[in-house]
Amino acid sequence: MTEKKLSRRTFLANSALAAGATALATAGMTGFASAAGLTVGFIYVGPKDDFGYNQSHAEGAAAVKEMAGVTVIEEENVPETVDVQNTMESMINFDGAKLLFPTSFGYFSPHIQEVAPKHEDVRFQHAGGLWNSETDPKNVGSYFGYISMGQYLNGIVAGHASKSKKIGFVAAKPIPQVLQNINTFLLGARQVDPTITCQVIFTGEWSLAVKEAEATNALIDQGCDVITCHVDGPKVVVETAAGRGAYVCGYHANQSPLAPEQYLTGAEWNWAAIYTSMVKTVQDGGTIDNFVRGGLAEGFIKMSPLGPSVSDAARAQFETVKAEIMKGGFAAYKGPLKDNNGNVILNEGESFVETDVALESMNYLVEGVIGSIG
Amino acid sequence: MSDVADIGLWGVPLAIIGGAIRVSTPFLFVSLGECITERSGRINLGLEGTLIFGAMSGYAVAVNTGSAWIGVLAAALAGICFGLFHGWVCKFKGVNDIAIGIAMMLLGTGLAYFFGKPYIQPVAPDLPSISFGWWSDIEQVQAALQVNALFIIGLFLALLLAWGFKSTKVGLTIRVVGDSTDAARAIGLNPDRVRLLSTAAGGALAGIAGAYLSLYYPGSWNEGISSGQGLMAVALVIFARWKPMNCFWASLLFGGAGALGPALQSVGISQGYYLFFAAPYVLTLGLLIATSSPNKAMESAPGELSITK
Amino acid sequence: MSGMAATDTLSKSALSLKVIIPKLEAVAIPLFAVIFGFAVFSLFLIVIGKSPSDFFSLVYKAGFSTGFSWQNTLSRAAPLLLAALCVALPAKLGLVVIGGEGAIALGGLTAGALGPHLSSLPYPVSLPILFIASAMVGGAWIGTVGLLRIKRGVNETIASLLMAYIAIALMNHFIESVFRDPASLNKPSTLPFAEAMRIGDMPIGISVHWGLFAGIIACILSWILIEKTTLGFAARIAGSNIRAAQVQGLPVGKLVIGFTALGGAFAGIAGFYEVAAVHGSANASLIAGYGYTGILIAFLARHNALAIIPVTILLAGFEASSGLIQRRMDLPDATILVFEGMVFVAILLSETLYGRFKIFSTNYWSKIS
Repeated sequence: MTEKKLSRRTFLANSALAAGATALATAGMTGFASAAGLTVGFIYVGPKDDFGYNQSHAEGAAAVKEMAGVTVIEEENVPETVDVQNTMESMINFDGAKLLFPTSFGYFSPHIQEVAPKHEDVRFQHAGGLWNSETDPKNVGSYFGYISMGQYLNGIVAGHASKSKKIGFVAAKPIPQVLQNINTFLLGARQVDPTITCQVIFTGEWSLAVKEAEATNALIDQGCDVITCHVDGPKVVVETAAGRGAYVCGYHANQSPLAPEQYLTGAEWNWAAIYTSMVKTVQDGGTIDNFVRGGLAEGFIKMSPLGPSVSDAARAQFETVKAEIMKGGFAAYKGPLKDNNGNVILNEGESFVETDVALESMNYLVEGVIGSIG
Repeated sequence: MSDVADIGLWGVPLAIIGGAIRVSTPFLFVSLGECITERSGRINLGLEGTLIFGAMSGYAVAVNTGSAWIGVLAAALAGICFGLFHGWVCKFKGVNDIAIGIAMMLLGTGLAYFFGKPYIQPVAPDLPSISFGWWSDIEQVQAALQVNALFIIGLFLALLLAWGFKSTKVGLTIRVVGDSTDAARAIGLNPDRVRLLSTAAGGALAGIAGAYLSLYYPGSWNEGISSGQGLMAVALVIFARWKPMNCFWASLLFGGAGALGPALQSVGISQGYYLFFAAPYVLTLGLLIATSSPNKAMESAPGELSITK
Repeated sequence: MSGMAATDTLSKSALSLKVIIPKLEAVAIPLFAVIFGFAVFSLFLIVIGKSPSDFFSLVYKAGFSTGFSWQNTLSRAAPLLLAALCVALPAKLGLVVIGGEGAIALGGLTAGALGPHLSSLPYPVSLPILFIASAMVGGAWIGTVGLLRIKRGVNETIASLLMAYIAIALMNHFIESVFRDPASLNKPSTLPFAEAMRIGDMPIGISVHWGLFAGIIACILSWILIEKTTLGFAARIAGSNIRAAQVQGLPVGKLVIGFTALGGAFAGIAGFYEVAAVHGSANASLIAGYGYTGILIAFLARHNALAIIPVTILLAGFEASSGLIQRRMDLPDATILVFEGMVFVAILLSETLYGRFKIFSTNYWSKIS
């Protein structure tokens, strides 16, 4: 799917030119520049140790730091405004960055689209899968992982752990990525027991501590005894749920240190593997594909180690299904399937495999999810 | 999890009660603190910064000492420092208390984030809570009536302040200074000192409010821990007409209304969830409009208060 | 040259000193305060083991040295100028309005909801319509705060803060429901603006959109309104003593509503530029705290509309340097908040110095000449 195949020679020529320009531009400035090696910039929308989305990317950046010939520069708490445009340009102008990872979903449109055409010698890699081959700059790449498969595995473990047959989901906003996670979490649990229901509460914000805690409490009050979430930093949800005695499944990063007893497992990003391979590609003079996606099999996501409360039966089913998913082409959505308003999503015999584009515009909650998308 | 009953729609009132108790405490402490400060004729708009710094310092000290209560104490001390600074600089002629407050909000937040980075990951001990739900077999009722000691302290503090302002010499002194600097001087009081101490007391309570956030509910330190509770609570003092018990009721109202959104969703009502989340603000504004009147404008306002002059 | 002429020039220059030096007070004192704030922050850096000279050279480099630095600084300044006016104008009447964020949100929502429907019009028609619509919505929102104050005696500080939260909730609600672009899957937004309707950069060689120009013009116009018109004079009278103004028969109610509405209109315009020049649609990224930063700027500028311009540029330059400080000095992003906090406390403290130095008093100069 590579749209731009640079020959190795032009690439080197470009980088040599750019390096020269950078050396000129940064002459007389304090600190380092990319005189030797590649400078890679990482930009986060929140604090990089939030036990969540930003931390998962920062862990990837930490792995890149270990590579030879690479200088990593980072900036955290950068809002999705003109600020991030300035941060990208600053990393390019002052530090000579040649590869940028602006990690927040909201950085893409219009910010990366705005800055990338001005710096054709810089590669912009964005997490989210938004790149459009017809309209977007060729020096921009998209990558994303099928993390809802991780929520499916979370669901299987949750299904075994739940006694009340009600599981809960604290969600930020009713957008397709979040809806996919909610739905697969329930579909996983229903592999264990088809009577299980999943209650969802939307907080409306990606990071809002008190509301997340209130949502968790409200779910547990309604009898949910396994909780997971999709917010930027799951710390509050995990701690609140564990404090009420519920089990938790993690998201984004490994939250087991926060609740060692009650943490079942979690769907984690595995950016370290992805980022190091992308940086390696650039170092070797190659070009990263503009559009990269993968799941468990490709090493884009991973599961937290199973916690001490996970039963043997759960463990066995978890491992079986995980092996299935690792083969590729796994379908969590199989007909007959209705949404929670009774509309048919899939008929008998139909299915959506994990790579199906139909999943990316999801605008429904499946039957068994209690809640509406507003 | 013992005995989880299916409580259905009862979850909504229960969540409002539980939410009122859980969420109101930071509002209660900040507003009581600000009540003392404003009664003395000063306004400290910077309590949001004090609250955030209190949340950080309380958490950090609790991590290092293993005691949540020592954390609360540290947060109060930090709050006193911020309060003393505000109180001291505002005595100089020409220094605007509102403006200093806003700059201190920035400074307090900045210092808290700066020194708080290493404490985002560690886990601190939580403050204990007292079970008032022992009479019920229902787990949800027991959980809702898990009342933190600080909430109870806050209630007693409100009662104490209400009585204190009315019937003690200290209370009278603060009120006299708040109503007229000249009159206070005439009877031999030192307005600057009274305001300094009142602002310090306000800072201490705001620090404790922060510690409640980081050490009890939601109970962790991160940079998004406060969603403006400190600033809102300062505004609630005006809503409460500078009466401590009104601060208590206003905080309960705010906390309870804030629980409405999640609670309604938990029983399946999630259309227009943003509008439900705005309930505390709409409700407070409605009450404010209903209870205000152009003629008796701010009759209970301290005379020297810059914001209502 | 005769001796007479020499004494003449001398007395002339003494005369001009006499006029100039007292006016310098307004520059010298803040300058001294800024330096004092720098000194205190330097001490802080030394205590934590970092080099103040590195820090200040990085602030200069990132915020004020090259064309790109200025682009970084000025592009941040645009919404802040307008947000600060939303505080400064009502403050002339003694009102403390802290809810400008709400007017920015609703102004932006208005532009985002309306803009895509005007794409059939030529942009010299459609953009002014959007500009005015955003200004009207922002003006109505904050004007309501003034109205509540006059009609019901509702305190404007708390009302504006509550209404800011309500406005943000409304914005989010509408962006995720009726005004949502169905194609904006994972970042709910209004329909995108047509390319022709996007406001571009000013022709100054760096990438800074026209919102900056609008902000500067708004500051200048506000200054003229306040300092040079009878309306502004009346507002200042009312601001210093509302009862006296009423006794004199000034239309206090109309002034309050007018000034709050004008402030709100400016904040609404900030929302318009954020949508039309930066984001290309209205979405949750509009809520970036500009309204709250505006409060700080207005107070630092002592609600002087012209002073808002340098204060905003200073603050925006500090913000612009945050990234480089993080990357080069291995300091957290909060460093710049601490720095700003210290400098701004120092500036506000320095207000007590006005009138304390003999050298700045006209009396002192009339005595020695």
